[in-house]
Amino acid sequence: MKSDSWKPWALLGPSLTAVFFLLVIPVCFVVVYSFWLRAPSGNDIPAFQFGNYAKFFADFFYPSLLIRTIRVALETVLLCLVMGYIPAYFFYRTESSLKPFLMILIMLPFWISFIIRTLSWINILGDSGLINHVFLKIGLIDRPLAMLYNEAAVLMGLLQYLLPFMILNIYVSLDGIDKSLTEAAKSLGCTEWQAFKEVTLPLSLPGVSAGCLLVFVLTCGTYLPPMILGGPGNDMIANLIFKRIVGTLDWPFGSALSTILLGLLGVIVYTYNRYLGISQIFKTLQ
Amino acid sequence: MGTEKDPQFVKFRGIVKKYGDVTAVAKMDLDIPEGALVTLLGPSGCGKTTLLRMLAGLEEPTEGDIIVNGNRINDTPIHKRNLGMIFQNYALFPHKSIFDNVAFGLKYRSVSRDQIREKVKHALEVVRLPGVENRKPAQLSGGQQQRIALARAIVIEPDVLLMDEPLSALDENLREDMRREIDNLQRMLGVTTIFVTHDQREALSMSDKIVVMRDGLKLQEGDPETVYNKPANHFVADFLGHSNFLPGEVVGQDDENVRVRIETGDVLLARHRGSWKQGDAVELVVRAQRFEAHRQSHFQPTEGMNSFAGRIKDKSYMGGEVSYFIELPSGREIHVISMMRTRTYDYGDEVSVQVAPYHCHLIGREPEE
Repeated sequence: MKSDSWKPWALLGPSLTAVFFLLVIPVCFVVVYSFWLRAPSGNDIPAFQFGNYAKFFADFFYPSLLIRTIRVALETVLLCLVMGYIPAYFFYRTESSLKPFLMILIMLPFWISFIIRTLSWINILGDSGLINHVFLKIGLIDRPLAMLYNEAAVLMGLLQYLLPFMILNIYVSLDGIDKSLTEAAKSLGCTEWQAFKEVTLPLSLPGVSAGCLLVFVLTCGTYLPPMILGGPGNDMIANLIFKRIVGTLDWPFGSALSTILLGLLGVIVYTYNRYLGISQIFKTLQ
Repeated sequence: MGTEKDPQFVKFRGIVKKYGDVTAVAKMDLDIPEGALVTLLGPSGCGKTTLLRMLAGLEEPTEGDIIVNGNRINDTPIHKRNLGMIFQNYALFPHKSIFDNVAFGLKYRSVSRDQIREKVKHALEVVRLPGVENRKPAQLSGGQQQRIALARAIVIEPDVLLMDEPLSALDENLREDMRREIDNLQRMLGVTTIFVTHDQREALSMSDKIVVMRDGLKLQEGDPETVYNKPANHFVADFLGHSNFLPGEVVGQDDENVRVRIETGDVLLARHRGSWKQGDAVELVVRAQRFEAHRQSHFQPTEGMNSFAGRIKDKSYMGGEVSYFIELPSGREIHVISMMRTRTYDYGDEVSVQVAPYHCHLIGREPEE
């Protein structure tokens, strides 16, 4: 090892320190809390026991929330993938001078608070929201449509939150593909569509893969769209954690739920990366 | 013409390509003989690549017809044109094995699996890279990758092979080898080839015909000797090789030579080509290698040779040769490349420069821009 090979690491130092103190240590605390006891009085008693975990598996209600979370996350991934690839491909192919402007539009939602963006859907989809208001006015319906407080509304809320992540991930991958590859494919006999299937699609998979993983993980940890746009039956695991810790101040059980989610996501991310993950796809390219 | 085959395999007729207000190619008429290697030579932005891409089907001409083998192909989509295209950056598919890369075009040509294997094997032997079927492009060197690209293009037995600066991504020594290889391969296969380059040495060394382009216009076409030795205008003379331009005026002529008075007052002889009359404003074009410099004190002019005086202003040693910049009494500098047969000169040496009339070429002086 060269004597100054530590230098690049020095650049990483501040971030590593921040991550360590602001993330690793608090997570350790959460894990420790998950073994504590909660007295009937509401006090947390330091202990090392698996009661909180046993409680999770004793009532199927809790695992079912986890299963629903994963199902909703997969649905979100699928929706984002289909709705994200097309604009990403458009950005890759277009030579329009509007491209930078349109790219900014993708970022635009990040300038408005996530909560406000989610809440604003109530004004559009709610009983006295825009759509119902207009439809009632023109006599298309005589009773407000129930568009809020169901899974579709939750999915829509998740989609508007996560779609930009998917688009940008796929776009970055597409943008790295040399356009002469498609030209070569076409000159060798491919139609536009065949060239896409043979060349562009497989070479964009690293971005697709990264985008899917990001959307999946972010969905699993979010609670705002189900809380604001979902009904009582649409809670996801993060909603439960929120209610336990913020609502009933049951830190030990909330921590156990968090630890279970963290462990599950860890296993999923590891497996994903191992078999069709980003590093794997890059390896086959080289 | 009846049943006789048209020797011109590819024909461009009145081709115009505009991008908005910019004209990339202007009214181009060009014939490519069957089996020939034709080079489109010019600086970047001259329209050579655009012309190639229009033939490939990657760009659409704004006006004009492109005819291949007697058929107008303007409206034939690219994937039905059966042309082999070689790109500057090889454009191999990074996610596919070498076998799949080379077999790619065959897959879309209803060739049986056994035949594909056979043809790929043969193509790899032709480009002298047998046995690399299972590797990925990134495992090969740049030169090897370009050979695979070549194999991929020739395996489909294209009507025309199109090469867009195929050597410019390679380093100097490799480029020389690859150039000879492409040249040999093209002659062996006899496939009509259009080669786009900005490198005059590539163009001169391998072409049957060179087309010199600038600003979307064809400035001259002809075999390498003609284009090099009898440039049609200042640009062609300047672009190919190290040319000296001596402005002057025609003062007379005999059967063999034209007499031209240059700025220094010296009257030089230039071999009679084309028609000139007394008083014509001309430029005398002389290649740097054609001048001979002699020490003035020992110099005896040779009968029938042009000679004039100058002083060494600068020199640079190039290994096999020495470049001199010689200042004439008029202040004009000329470039002389000497092959080191004689002794070298130093700064400030007074020399006599000699050149045979045969090596002096006349072109019309263009109005100053």
